[in-house]
Amino acid sequence: MNQPFVTGFVQTPAGIVPKISSDLHWPDHWGTIKARWGVGRMHYTVDPGLYALGEPNDQSPVLVTANYKMSFDRLREALSNRKAWILVLDTKGINVWCAAGKGTFGTDELVRRVEFSGLDQVVSHRRLILPQLSGPGVAAYKVKKSIGFNVVFGPVQAVDLPVFLDAGLKATPDMRQKTFPMGERLVLIPVELVSALKWYVLILPVFFLLGGLGASSGFWNNALNHGLFAVLNLLAALAAGAVLTPILLPWLPGRAFSQKGVIMGVIMAGVMVVFSTTYLHLNVGLLEILAWFFLTPALSAYLAMNFTGSSTFTSLSGVRKEMRWAVPFEIIGGVAGLILWFGSRFVV
Amino acid sequence: MKNMVYLKDVVTLQFNEGQCSGCGMCMVVCPHAVFGMNSGRVQMENKDDCMECGACSMNCPTGAISVQSGVGCAAAVINSALGREGSCCCVIESKNDSSPGKNTTCC
Repeated sequence: MNQPFVTGFVQTPAGIVPKISSDLHWPDHWGTIKARWGVGRMHYTVDPGLYALGEPNDQSPVLVTANYKMSFDRLREALSNRKAWILVLDTKGINVWCAAGKGTFGTDELVRRVEFSGLDQVVSHRRLILPQLSGPGVAAYKVKKSIGFNVVFGPVQAVDLPVFLDAGLKATPDMRQKTFPMGERLVLIPVELVSALKWYVLILPVFFLLGGLGASSGFWNNALNHGLFAVLNLLAALAAGAVLTPILLPWLPGRAFSQKGVIMGVIMAGVMVVFSTTYLHLNVGLLEILAWFFLTPALSAYLAMNFTGSSTFTSLSGVRKEMRWAVPFEIIGGVAGLILWFGSRFVV
Repeated sequence: MKNMVYLKDVVTLQFNEGQCSGCGMCMVVCPHAVFGMNSGRVQMENKDDCMECGACSMNCPTGAISVQSGVGCAAAVINSALGREGSCCCVIESKNDSSPGKNTTCC
């Protein structure tokens, strides 16, 4: 009950219900930014239960959402100047689609939450509007059979709700499709970057210092040459796999994400050679360059492969099929690259 | 832009026309317009667009649709292969045995 976005309370036949507004304030926006960067994302929750938006009455629509704060915010901001009841399910702080896939945004939780909230006393109709993407978890016909409420699947995106509501609960074909446009791909990049950077803070210094060892001039000279080249290539692989592949996803050839990642990795390895020799005047050998033409694409392929989890159109069967060749490729490429690199530093 | 499609001829989606009552719920819940209606009968029109989310089979009252649903997430496949609970929300196991205590940190 003690939540900053609760502005008051309304009295209903089923008891007191917290009131919320559709206006978001800076803590809400800041919360979204933090979650997008992976900060506190697993504890960004709203208390489950019924909320009143505006001054709803017994005829007002009931919209159901997850208790991930970002899901809750997207819903209430889409409903400005409207009256509605918002029923928040306990999805353990996970968004609608992922929770539906796991079953926490599911038939059982919906039935339990409707009964617990006393919704049948609050509204005189028997209709619940659910986000379409809760479909993997909620069987509409079972809800109807169990508690007599009709489940209406609304649009995929909350932003389409006003048009959907005004059209008499009718969605256009476009509202029913989950696309993956540039904007949605961009906002998912930071989380990929943050999870990769946790490894990078360990790997980058190791490669930089290893570059200092081995043949030719002194330690720091070597580190600032071969070590720096290694660091630049590792960063290029990160950019290729976790940033550029997601951005250029529709235009990179092939269907498998790993393949797109390899192509981007080869391009970035080439860019790094030109950049390092032409602009930084690094003195790198052929074998060393060859090593990074294995390592960078292999790493980029791995990072790109992991973006399947963020995408909105990859099937589990497809991902398994891709991984059957992609994982061996990444391991072999990585090991071959490491052997070549150590060879270039310590043997030749 | 046309919707992006993933690998061909790989999804486990199956539609048994004989059991279909034509209620059309699959067309409502599918986020990739895999099903379409043709002269009063539901047809599977874009099978390769299916991402195996399982919404259609979950909402088919006559059991005409079957699919091995799951999340197409490489990190989750790796985690389950390594027996880790992992840093990803996506769990590969079927949702029937979802242990509520699972400590997960993604999506």
